[in-house]
Amino acid sequence: MVYAKFIGKTFGFIGYALQYACVTHCTFEYVGDFVMCSGPSMEPTLETNNILLTEHLSPRFNRLRRGDIVIAKSPSNPKQNICKRITALPGDKVRGQFPKRSQVVPRGHVWLEGDNSGNSADSRIYGPVPEGLIRSRVVCRVWPLDKITSLTEY
Amino acid sequence: MLLKTVCKSVLLGLPIGITFLDTVGYVARVEGISMQPVLNPEPSNTDYVFLSRWAVRDYHVQRGDVISLVSPKDPNQKIIKRVVALQGDVVSTLGYRSQYVKIPEGHCWVEGDHTGHTFDSNSFGPVSLGLVNAKAVYIVWPPDRWQILEAKLPDSRKPVSINVYNN
Repeated sequence: MVYAKFIGKTFGFIGYALQYACVTHCTFEYVGDFVMCSGPSMEPTLETNNILLTEHLSPRFNRLRRGDIVIAKSPSNPKQNICKRITALPGDKVRGQFPKRSQVVPRGHVWLEGDNSGNSADSRIYGPVPEGLIRSRVVCRVWPLDKITSLTEY
Repeated sequence: MLLKTVCKSVLLGLPIGITFLDTVGYVARVEGISMQPVLNPEPSNTDYVFLSRWAVRDYHVQRGDVISLVSPKDPNQKIIKRVVALQGDVVSTLGYRSQYVKIPEGHCWVEGDHTGHTFDSNSFGPVSLGLVNAKAVYIVWPPDRWQILEAKLPDSRKPVSINVYNN
């Protein structure tokens, strides 16, 4: 009898855990999540170990604009995320670093650049990035607490 | 009372359903003729395939796999193609900018089986593995077409040189 009660309780607990895991998955995948960024490429706007609040709605509905900071999957390693600023949209003219000539951003792609242009591996090296790789748009910084700022304006 | 119960179960069931579709896989309709003759052999009746999300959870694809990916030209569109070459391979192209292309790191070369009637890497170049959405595993509908989609490449489309570190 005690065992039956114990097993029943365990299953109930697993059910709740599963439910909450699924709700969390949907929120993080479709609404917004928190990202910790590292590396020097977005200095001075962002520094290592800042925590950012991002939203997944703008990329899903194609509401990206020039100047937005976005989180995208790295084109050369899909398991790694990059945090850069969109500097050009399809049809805009941009100048790459190598080869150093101006080119037009093709349809369905964006041009990503880090704010720290001297120390950033970005579109100037690997070219335009497909919009399908963009995961979310950064809304604001939530950590450290004394540097909470909105990051949606250029 | 009944309405309340229905609402409650929908609200609780929806996230579970979405998570299941996101992590395990889902069934999708194949449109177009680009993968003939394996998919949609007759244009009149369309095939439905099971797309496994679980199979590509760590972006591991193999040469010959049929995969669905986000179109590099239009992020709202998904396309279904066959993987021809992985990173480090050299592929002989059919009408791309240069005759031979070495696939960069983290990219793959995808082609439709219906050469000449497909919009694939021969037009838009190597695609990043981050765009891979799922792997097509079975044809599930119509019932008489039920079969496993095998990983195969015609000899003529094998990469010219293969990067052995991928295997």
